[in-house]
This record gives sequence, structure tokens and C-alpha cells, in this order.
Amino acid sequence: MKIHVAGENALIVYLGEKPGEVVNESTTAAIHHLCSQLKPYLGNELVDLIPSYASVLVVFDPLQTDHLQVRKWIRYAGERHFHNVESDQRNVVRLPVYYGGADLPRIAEQSSISIDDAIQLHTQNHYQVYAIGFAPGFAYLGEVDEKIATPRLSTPRKKVPKGAVAIADKQTAVYPNESPGGWNILGFCPVNMFDADKQPTMPVASGDHVEFYSIDKATFLEMGGTLPHEEFLLELNQEAAV
Amino acid sequence: MSLLIKNPGILTLLQDAGRFGQHSLGLTTGGPMDPLAFKWANRLVSNDVNATALEITVGGFKAEAKSDLVVAVTGAKVDVKVNGQFQSQWQTLKLNAGDELDIAYATEGCRIYLAVAGGFDVSNQFGSTSTVMREGIGGLDGKSIPANEVLPVASPQDKSISFKRLNDVPSYDKHVTLRVIPGYQEHEFSRHDQRMFFYNSFEVSDLADRMGYRLKGPKVNCKIQGILSEGICLGAIQVPADGQPIILMNDRQTIGGYPKIGSVFSLDLAKLAQLTQGASVQFEPISIDQAHNLLHLAKHQFDNTQLEEVSQ
Repeated sequence: MKIHVAGENALIVYLGEKPGEVVNESTTAAIHHLCSQLKPYLGNELVDLIPSYASVLVVFDPLQTDHLQVRKWIRYAGERHFHNVESDQRNVVRLPVYYGGADLPRIAEQSSISIDDAIQLHTQNHYQVYAIGFAPGFAYLGEVDEKIATPRLSTPRKKVPKGAVAIADKQTAVYPNESPGGWNILGFCPVNMFDADKQPTMPVASGDHVEFYSIDKATFLEMGGTLPHEEFLLELNQEAAV
Repeated sequence: MSLLIKNPGILTLLQDAGRFGQHSLGLTTGGPMDPLAFKWANRLVSNDVNATALEITVGGFKAEAKSDLVVAVTGAKVDVKVNGQFQSQWQTLKLNAGDELDIAYATEGCRIYLAVAGGFDVSNQFGSTSTVMREGIGGLDGKSIPANEVLPVASPQDKSISFKRLNDVPSYDKHVTLRVIPGYQEHEFSRHDQRMFFYNSFEVSDLADRMGYRLKGPKVNCKIQGILSEGICLGAIQVPADGQPIILMNDRQTIGGYPKIGSVFSLDLAKLAQLTQGASVQFEPISIDQAHNLLHLAKHQFDNTQLEEVSQ
């Protein structure tokens, strides 16, 4: 664990053996552990936490405490001096996907696999929520099988529909709302990823595990999904082949 | 009680102190770009310093009191008129029902604050009324105030009005020295590049808004091009591959993958927030301990500054 100054009101904690480089299971477990230890203390001296791939930004109120004290808390939390979190349990969230996204053929073609295989590969992995950011409720999930890892579009789309399940390199995500974006669209998830009027606001949190499972169009609509404009959908003849 | 916004000007947003503790949902803080001017506006109308007020960017603002109201205008230097008569900034003003409040275009600085006794009465989202347009959260459905919007005003707890004035008001210069707490990837900048950064002036580019201020100046190189995305604090100074620093402001994204050389001290960030394209800045390193001391001193000074009582 390495603690660096980020700003007057924030320290950044790097976890993992080589900070900023390696993301492995022990790093993500350590991040989850640190956050669950510190979370109960948010609200006064501690203001906010931003867990990410291999770091946690700890934001504090410099009028109520100072960076030396916060360093101490971080070290204690890391050493489990605080309350004993129930074995740092992490949720597994299963999200349904109607795999009818316009970019599926391209994702499959690059590894010369069938669309069915691409879907199978996307549903078989257990994903880790590495970080939440970019937009409210946007969860960065990783990692996808190398065969379906696909670089971002060279020209991002001006609009990616709400609920789009997409891939960028080895990461995957569900767009919580319509926004510009360059990720490759595999399909659509009928579950709201961010609902400001709901408690909880999001079905997933940093550190959770996510699994996707395939549903057909009828189920997607039944679950409250809305199909986007056809430019984002697989063409009909290709869909028939699925 | 309410205020009719006849013309919001370029950009007018409802803001309170900001949204905290919600980064885990990907929500940023928002809040006033110049918190000092914002707090003074609230104090001049005897509100809690974090009550919801309007941040008016640049100006061109017109409103009509729909009931008797007590207001104050602080921040960027600007002509303020009530029913065509010039009024002072940084002073409690009384508006009678039907009075017209006119705020021209700022001549020094660019963020103007309008507070009203009782505060604007809008509901909290995630614990705050602050508007973040990029997220569509806070204020009025996450949007800027449109023309002809009637903003409800909460009834002030203290009904007696005292008229006050702040005498020692901030000035908004076109050149600002920004103190920086070195941090994050500072060691990934060579000593030469750290000097380039700390010994030169940079100009505020046209890409300067509530999300970030992009600067123009000598190229600052970083040994690394990108990092694993990590949490970004207020004032963080990103240096992308083009070597032109970007200072991240209130509506910043909460995570990002550009290397950062440190973060701007918050009291100076408020001064940066008052600058527009073409203004210049310079950086000066300070330690985090110095920054903490300065914050305590500033808080003490704010709490102990007496407002002058004036007769209306």
C-alpha cells in the first residue's frame, strides 16, 4: 500500500504490487476491503471515497482533520483495526441482456467466431466492477475474453442508447443513460443502471461481481426494456442466424 | 415568495455548497465555482452560508420580484440596477413586489452570485440542490434556468431585515498565481518539466468551463502517457500528451487516466474560476501542511469579518 498526496483534501492510496499497473484479484480485494472499512466513517472528517482499478481516492475535510490523521486511518483500515467486516463479502449481480446489438457481427468476425460464440464468451465470464465514473452509474467491468476484446470505435457515436451493453478493449459496461460513446454495442439490458428516484440508485457497486445472461427480445420487452432505433440493432437476417 | 427570471443570460444555475459523498455512484460535486463569493452572498441576506443561490455566469440577467424579497449580489464586478437605479454589490438589497433586478455583463471576473433571504426553495437530489448539467442532476431537472421561470423562495427564519455591507471585497485580477500542492504523479515529471510548469505563465484557453480549465503555454512533458484511471479531486491538474495542463473544476469527471502533477489550492481555484479566455496564471508549489494552515486562517478570517450595518 502506498499513500500519496492528491490535493489539499485528498490522499490517493495505491494498492497492488506495482501501483498503477497490475490489476489482479488481490488488488481488487484490498480495494474493496479498504473501502468497506472506511465507508462507515464518511460524513464528517471523511467526505468521500473513489475506488478505481488499483487505487482509492480518500477525500477528507481539511478543516476537521489533517492528512497525517487520515494516513493513520488508512493504515489502520488496511490492517483491519476497524470493525470486522463480514469476510468482505461481495455481491454477485446477474444482469439480463438481449444480445441484438449492431456491433455483434464485427466483434465476432475479428476472431472468426460465430455471433453465438461471442455471446457465449460474454456471458461466461465473471466480471469485477472496477470503477464507477464517466457518467452517473457507469460501471467499468472487466475483463472480457480476449477473443471478444474490441478497440473503441475510431469515431465515437454521438449517441449510444440507454441500456446498451458494450465492449471497449477488455472492458465491458452497460450505458446507464443515453450518451456519446465509442464502445462496441453487443446488446441491451432492460435493468435500469441508474435511477435517481430509487433506493438503491444502482444495482451494482464498486467491488461487486457481475454476470450477464442472455434473454430473447420478448423477455427484454416484458422486463420493461425499450428497443432503440434500428441503427443500433442487429440486422434482421443476421438475427435470424443467431 | 418567488422570483421571476425574465432573462437568465448566458448561464444561470442553482447551486448550494455541492454534492458530497456520492462519488461511488459516479456523481461529481458541482457547487459554486467561487465558494467565497457564494458564501458572502448568503451571509449578506442572513442565510446559512450554504443556502441555495444562483450562480450567474458572465451576466445579462433580468428578474422581477413576485413578492417582497431581500437579496444580495456578489462575485464578479458588474452593474446592478433595481428599477433602473444603480445599486451596490456586496450589500443587502430590498426588492418590493414588482421590482425589476437587472444585472449587466461582468467587467472583472465572470461568476456572479445572487442570494435571496430564505434561499431558493428547490428539492435536494442526492443531498444537494447543486445543478450539474452534464449529469442532469440537481437544480431544475439538472438544467440551467430558462427564461420566464418562477423560482420559489423559502421563507426566511429571521423575518427582521438587517442591511449589511462587506467593505473589504475581493478583486478579480486578470493575472493570478495559483498555489499548487504537488501530488499524484508528480515524480513522473522530470525536474526540467516541473520547472517548465512552475516557472512559466500559462494562458486560459477558450476551453474553460465548469468542468475544467484548459491552459495554453510551454509544453510540459510527463514520462508516462497514461495511467490506470483513478479518482480525481477538486483542482487536480491533468497533463495530457499535448503537454497543456487542464485544471479540473467543480463539474469534473470523478475518474480519469491522464497523469497529474498535483492540485490547485482551493482558495486559488476560486480565483481561477473567475478568469476567462486570455487571462494568465502562474503556479507556485506549497506543501499540504501550508495549505491546511491557510484554510484554517481563511475560515477564521471569514468567520470574524464583521459586516458593516447600513441604513436602507
